[in-house]
Amino acid sequence: MKAKDIAELLDEPACSHNKKSKSGCAKPKPGATAGGCAFDGAQIALLPIADVAHIVHGPIACAGSSWDNRGTRSSGPTLYRIGMTTDLTEQDIVMGRGEKRLFMSIKQALEDYRPAAVFVYNTCVPALVGDDVDAVCKAAQERWGVPVVPVDAAGFYGTKNLGNRIAGDAMVKHVIGTREPALKPRHPHTPEIAVHDINLIGEYNIAGEFWYVLPLFDELGIRVLCTLSGDARFHEVQTMHRAEVNMMVCSKAMLNVARKLKERYGTPWFEGSFYGITDTSKALRDIAALIGDADLSARTEQLIAREEARIHAALQPWRQRLQGKRVLLYTGGVKSWSVISALQDLGMVVVATGTSKSTEEDKERIRQLMGENTKMIEDGSPKALIGIVKEYQADILIAGGRNMYTALKARVPFLDINQEREFGYAGYQGMLELVRQLAQTMESPVWPAVREPAPWRRPAAALARAAGE
Amino acid sequence: MAQISKRDKALSVSPLKTSQTVGASLAFLGINRAMPMMHGSQGCTAFGKVFFVRHFREPVPLQTTAMDQVSSVMGADDNVVEGLRAIADKAKPALIGVPTTGLAETQGCDVQLAVKKFRSSYPQYDHIKVVAVNTPDFSGCFETGFAAAVRAMIASLVPEAAAAGTRPGSRRKQINVLAGSLLGPGDVEALKELIESFGLRPLLLPDLGDSLDGHLGDDAFSPVSTGGTPVAELATLGDALATVVIGPSLYAAADLLAQRTGVPVHRLPHLMSMSTVDALVCLLAELAQCPVPDKLERQRAQLQDAMLDTHFMLGMARFAIAQDADGLRAWSDLAADMGAETVAAVVPSRGVEMEEMRVPTVKIGDLEDLERMAAAAGAELVIGNSHAVATAERLRLPILRFGFPLYDLIGGYQTCRIGYKGVRQTLFDLANMMLAADHRRVEPYISSLAQKPEYQKEQKHESGTAYASLG
Repeated sequence: MKAKDIAELLDEPACSHNKKSKSGCAKPKPGATAGGCAFDGAQIALLPIADVAHIVHGPIACAGSSWDNRGTRSSGPTLYRIGMTTDLTEQDIVMGRGEKRLFMSIKQALEDYRPAAVFVYNTCVPALVGDDVDAVCKAAQERWGVPVVPVDAAGFYGTKNLGNRIAGDAMVKHVIGTREPALKPRHPHTPEIAVHDINLIGEYNIAGEFWYVLPLFDELGIRVLCTLSGDARFHEVQTMHRAEVNMMVCSKAMLNVARKLKERYGTPWFEGSFYGITDTSKALRDIAALIGDADLSARTEQLIAREEARIHAALQPWRQRLQGKRVLLYTGGVKSWSVISALQDLGMVVVATGTSKSTEEDKERIRQLMGENTKMIEDGSPKALIGIVKEYQADILIAGGRNMYTALKARVPFLDINQEREFGYAGYQGMLELVRQLAQTMESPVWPAVREPAPWRRPAAALARAAGE
Repeated sequence: MAQISKRDKALSVSPLKTSQTVGASLAFLGINRAMPMMHGSQGCTAFGKVFFVRHFREPVPLQTTAMDQVSSVMGADDNVVEGLRAIADKAKPALIGVPTTGLAETQGCDVQLAVKKFRSSYPQYDHIKVVAVNTPDFSGCFETGFAAAVRAMIASLVPEAAAAGTRPGSRRKQINVLAGSLLGPGDVEALKELIESFGLRPLLLPDLGDSLDGHLGDDAFSPVSTGGTPVAELATLGDALATVVIGPSLYAAADLLAQRTGVPVHRLPHLMSMSTVDALVCLLAELAQCPVPDKLERQRAQLQDAMLDTHFMLGMARFAIAQDADGLRAWSDLAADMGAETVAAVVPSRGVEMEEMRVPTVKIGDLEDLERMAAAAGAELVIGNSHAVATAERLRLPILRFGFPLYDLIGGYQTCRIGYKGVRQTLFDLANMMLAADHRRVEPYISSLAQKPEYQKEQKHESGTAYASLG
């Protein structure tokens, strides 16, 4: 990828503070950098497309340490969980045999696994030696008649966030609009209502949590043409241009997809979240409003009223236990505002939140939710986080998996919010799992046991021993 | 004895291989107050970190030189210098390990030169050791990277005897142990206890049993490894009575150590069979000049008993093993000692002394190869890492998890598979799996002529399919 293409991806006009340099896209500092690379971001964004053969073109490190490493779930095919890589050797690189190996690899994947499509992720080493991945993909597609999509995502191009955009860009460029959706079905229970089509962009179905939300859409007669990319199929991605509304779920990462679909097909889009009661209801309302069907809006209000009443009743006993508890939320930024709303629904107090990867718009939203005095954490180093937990007397740290053991070593209760987690928190129903996990760690009896020194180290014991002598 | 069969397909599917860079980083993490810094793009480190955190369930110090588009093309020596400075300044480690990645090597970095530049630019950090090692991920695997890092540490941190005045045996109790990557923290702990039971003092390089054993420290936070071989102790390797090296992948490193210090080396491929443990015990008794402790005699007798108890389940059992070469050597030896057969054997990359394995064929390949070989050969049990769990599920076979990574097994890192006790437990585990799998059970035969009432009922309802459904 040329420097100019990268600059173009970094420049996202749909982002309201685009003129300011976004901290998440800043140049990484040697010896003081955390977080994934562009390849990581691209792979995370697309790997959940379940019936695609995902081939990582590069030496082993890129796929070897990362395949089958996601909490995302599929309701059908499991091909996405099979790691595939060209596993380039020194010979391949020195002799320039990478392209040939890639071509044969695509053939092998097609013959052995019959995928709906092949995605080829280009990584640092072949990008550096100049393998023409686009040309190989094109030749393979022509030769075997199956879509072969290049995703040019060398790690050194930049951060995970950039990788997300590269992935989105590849979908817009090569996949979306290459097929028409199936005819609209009649609603199975209420055939008289109109069925509408939407897309959800940036929804990854972590731990299957989207399945808490999907039944609501079914009930309303909203067909999800595609979730990019949780539990998606290649054929669904192809039809995304026909949606009436695009919802950007929780994050700016693939904003370029929503913007380009608006430019090309006029599809309106909005940003929303399925974390928390308030945001889930708002998302449903926004979808109905943008579709502009009065009947749908009325039915949506009924559904919201029913679901909110139900979940509030179910949460009542938990609310008393969690009310007023102090939370330090560090998500790296992208999901901060959506999770804050969920925690506030429970009466919890978010004392500080991470914004190192947030865009200006994310930060603005956080200020609206939490007030101007919110502590925004730019330095997300483990040491700094633990310091803030102590300083702000937080009862729990909510962060990504890589900070889990930092928290535990500091004897601080912890909740994993990132993609590797094992529990789903989305929608009304997901709140029940969220409260369970929050209470489970904060109320655990292990904390005194791990915080107190051994009996023979306690001053009282020493005194008692002295008295006995 | 073993035939080596090379990689014969373009695409690697369900890779078994983990990169050299990650293996080298682990070796550095076995040093006290260490910080590995991978020379590559930031993603190399992020992936490595997640890999280790999921395996050990510990915070893992790991940094990056964060090569970007410009430095990837123009040269990244300055990234190494700046990264070393930043870590030296902030984390104040005793050692910074710098394993290179494929990106840095392809770009053509001279990491040793970069380290020299750092030394001349920042003399105020001279007390912090820096060890750089070339570990591109386009060759070798986890095990070779680990070995390369151990070798590099010996080359740069262990002084030559002549220069430092070290003398073999001047520390009469000290036994150096080069602990290969097939030994996890639980194994290392047991190995140290074994050596200590002879009144000897083991000095391990590296010592994962002290750094990544999963202990709750007093400090809330440490930016560097908490535990492991103290850097200062490396200067004393030349005074030891003997060096024991475990794992063929480290033999070359052991030779270098012997060459630099004159301390005699004793090679052991692993400690997962009675004969190899016997060899170590005899050696230790000789070095310590004392009889074998009663406790060990007892443990050996227990192992013998377990061999008898389990040979019914393990004799002629058919194993499919996917491991780095040292791991395959250990498990296939254990299998052969029990009369079991290794019918499918896969390693990600060539190892040391592979031809000596008691296995008909060793395939250099991936878990897809293992799956196909296991299915064709009628394997009954799989030995592999957590990635191989899906393989075993598709084969409908039990799996014993071993190797890197183990992300779906809490506490997998502390399992002890070595010594008389560890081998005994392993035999029990394998035998229990074979019992539960019950491969040799006889399927019931439903006689069409018999007058058993339930047969009649089945036949009446769905005649024709009754036989199948009862089976």
